[in-house]
Amino acid sequence: MFIRHETIEKNAFLLLILTLLVISIGGIVEVIPLFTIETTVEHVTGVRPYTPLESGGRDIYVREGCYVCHSQMIRALRDEVERYGHYSIAAESMYDHPFQWGSKRIGPDLARVGGKYSNDWHYAHLINAQSMVPESLMPHYAFLAGTPLDTDDLLNRLTAQRRVGVPYTDDQIANAMADLRTQADPAADNAALLKRYPKAVQVGHGNTVTELDALVAYLQVLGTMVDFADPANENLHQ
Amino acid sequence: MPTKIEKDSVTGHMTTGHEWDGLKELNQPLPKWWIYILFATIAFSAVYFVLYPSIPYFTGYYHGTLGYSQRDTVDKDVAAVVKQRSGYMDRIRTLSFADIEKDPQLNAVALTAGRITFANNCQPCHGAGGGGSPGYPALAAGNWLWGGKLADIQQTITFGIRSGLDDARQSLMPKFGAEGGLKPAEIEQVADYVMTLYGQTKGDTAAGQKIFADNCASCHGDHGEGKREFGAPRLAGKAHLYGDTREIVVAQITNPRMGVMPNWNTRFDTGMIKSLALYVHSLGGGE
Repeated sequence: MFIRHETIEKNAFLLLILTLLVISIGGIVEVIPLFTIETTVEHVTGVRPYTPLESGGRDIYVREGCYVCHSQMIRALRDEVERYGHYSIAAESMYDHPFQWGSKRIGPDLARVGGKYSNDWHYAHLINAQSMVPESLMPHYAFLAGTPLDTDDLLNRLTAQRRVGVPYTDDQIANAMADLRTQADPAADNAALLKRYPKAVQVGHGNTVTELDALVAYLQVLGTMVDFADPANENLHQ
Repeated sequence: MPTKIEKDSVTGHMTTGHEWDGLKELNQPLPKWWIYILFATIAFSAVYFVLYPSIPYFTGYYHGTLGYSQRDTVDKDVAAVVKQRSGYMDRIRTLSFADIEKDPQLNAVALTAGRITFANNCQPCHGAGGGGSPGYPALAAGNWLWGGKLADIQQTITFGIRSGLDDARQSLMPKFGAEGGLKPAEIEQVADYVMTLYGQTKGDTAAGQKIFADNCASCHGDHGEGKREFGAPRLAGKAHLYGDTREIVVAQITNPRMGVMPNWNTRFDTGMIKSLALYVHSLGGGE
């Protein structure tokens, strides 16, 4: 060795310099790639911010710890692609703060669950999973059906997301409450909602907007935003 | 205090020259095998760094001399398995149902593919073996809402029911109570009559029968036998989609539930949908 251990050990200044050097290499290796993170997000069409109701549902999803058992990341492996659909891409979770990728799968992956089942199924399944899938281990979330969605801080939540880079427009923020009510009432005219948020699924029964309504709206949009059959979205190799 | 580096007489190791109150520190370097493994892993990482994608640039990243990409790999893997299955799946896709059923081996492959895909995608609603549950039709019993021939089943799976697609199965039952088509008393009367259709109750239901004939028979048939071209369920039989209690019958007339089945044409190709149709058809209710 060029510098003997004794030399470093006996020279406090040299020890300090070398310690800082080693730590900064570790730090740089972890930090530098983050500066180029924009280049790793694929350029695909269709990804949009969540509607106010979906965003509320996402908060319920996180609050109830759904991610503890369900991942939202279809890995680029043959068996996963065959079971769940197209592998997940970074662009699909670029507006997620935080993302819900995960690797723990006590329940199935949910990255493409949107549209796979009907709204009614989701309601029945969340209220009592075993009524739909007898062998399921999933807890019951019936209380969500009786809890009105807290919308007092809706605007603050959307604004906060905008500050960290989710491109909510002024129009979307201004109409947030109206969009939320429209999406939670299947009888309501959803033309304006769909213009602001394509592919938004109307849920609920037009009564009080519950946390369950929000959660179902969120689940029904998962994985549906990007149309992988569109040739414009074919090249996913950055 | 530093002392002389010397051989410790008890252990045979050299000392480091450190001594505290008469205790001398032995110099015991890391084992050679450990050091060599450390150097080997460092060397390995250097080779890996060159061969595989390892470092991001400000635009793009270093691809590695092997040009490995997980996404290319999975595309190739999927293409390979599709090719491997194509001997069967191409024939399932192109042949008619009758021709598939004439070939026992091909039929067995289709039923197996259908069974596995059913378990993953259809079973959550329709139950294991197509047993069904309230609101989700049993597929094994032959009470078809939209038809139980193979082509009918294929059509339903492909486009779904009220899925939002133009080709989806569509039907709309008026909300007789919620939209005021019938008065609550009339709904009670017609419910009385409907329940006699499947023998749940007996008695004089002439008033209900008249209301039924005026409002319901055009879709559900004069005797509640149902009409598949409208997706109007048979009321006279034993099986009922949402249940046969009075409460459910009244609720269904007042503000009907209308189930949704997703379209599966975006998830499966025609060959797999036909395999599913063959499997569903084989469950016991096929026509």
